[in-house]
Amino acid sequence: MSKIKIFSKGILKENAVFVMLLGLCPVLGTTTSAINGLGMGVATLFVLLLSNITISLIKNIVPDMVRIPVFIVVIASLVTVLQLLMQAYTPGLYATLGLFIPLIVVNCMILGRAEAFASKNSLVDSILDALGMGLGFTLALTILGAVREVLGSGSVFDFKFMDGDGMLVFVLAPGGFLGLGFIIAILNWIKRNKEAKAKLQAVEINTKKK
Amino acid sequence: MAKLESTLTNMLLSLGGIALVASALLGFAYQATKGPIAEANQRILENAIKLVSPSDLKESKLGDMYMLPGGKDSLACYPVMDASGKLVVTAISTYTDEGFSGRFKIMVGFAPDGTIVNTAVLSHAETPGLGDKMDKSKADWSVQFNGKNPETYKLTVTKDGGDVDAITAATISSRAFCDATDRAYTAYMKGGRHE
Repeated sequence: MSKIKIFSKGILKENAVFVMLLGLCPVLGTTTSAINGLGMGVATLFVLLLSNITISLIKNIVPDMVRIPVFIVVIASLVTVLQLLMQAYTPGLYATLGLFIPLIVVNCMILGRAEAFASKNSLVDSILDALGMGLGFTLALTILGAVREVLGSGSVFDFKFMDGDGMLVFVLAPGGFLGLGFIIAILNWIKRNKEAKAKLQAVEINTKKK
Repeated sequence: MAKLESTLTNMLLSLGGIALVASALLGFAYQATKGPIAEANQRILENAIKLVSPSDLKESKLGDMYMLPGGKDSLACYPVMDASGKLVVTAISTYTDEGFSGRFKIMVGFAPDGTIVNTAVLSHAETPGLGDKMDKSKADWSVQFNGKNPETYKLTVTKDGGDVDAITAATISSRAFCDATDRAYTAYMKGGRHE
């Protein structure tokens, strides 16, 4: 696989949220507004990058049978350090996201990348994978947060463009499921149309050849 | 370097060693951030005290913190003096367990006669878009408490026969906010005034 492909696959083709449906707990919990989604995405990207680097470096000294406990120890330590640093140096961000930071530990996307990628690939590839996956995750959370904020509060990135309250359900938990479901449906619809078009073209070329 | 075999010794050494390094890292990070975290919390506290003091108060001195009994927990009080040393406002950090998502904490500033100067939310987990409107950064709801004396101003929502307009669709959060404010007021009037 080329380096560019390792990086780009996480953004759209294997997007952790929209395609693989991984780590949905923080996805649904934090995306009540675009800025919260972005913050959570960046925090996750940071942890994912560090965990992929660490696990790629120690992969040879970890026997297979204890690999999962080792991954969890690494991820949990990184998250705790991140939480302490945020509390100390960005108290504002900690006030809004603090509740969700420990959730990063149980984000199965991070464990998934450790298990499926970083424990088998080189350091450079693992960094690219983490950046791509992390960016895809951030993008997904920001989009979902923006959609829910627009529909639920009539604003985007705290910029109010509509008076009144909007549809309350999108701010509450069910709105997370509704929003995510519709975004996935739209993405799948676009993908299917594309595939159908590609198939049609292939058939046309084949008939011309004959 | 070949991958280590999954023998018992290898597993023990690897897992133990990594756990040891991780705990050392955590201990170091805790030590290194202890000071800055305390400072950050102190700044948040001072900021909240400033928020519940009269806005025209230019120079102020913070008196010694003292505790008052208030329900299940004690309330921390921070007297604020003006430049001449006269007590202007007492900021009381109060709480409620009646919130929609458990306990939340607010700061209420009382003038010496018990009039509410201002309120500020310290920490909460109320529903975003509904209950969190009690926070001044989200909505102007809590402004209605300013300048009211709970002696004549009934600290319950209108639905319960009081004088407080509840947040639309967030009556529980509004009731809880009143509960916290009332707890601070009751404690303060029971001889909690320190000059």
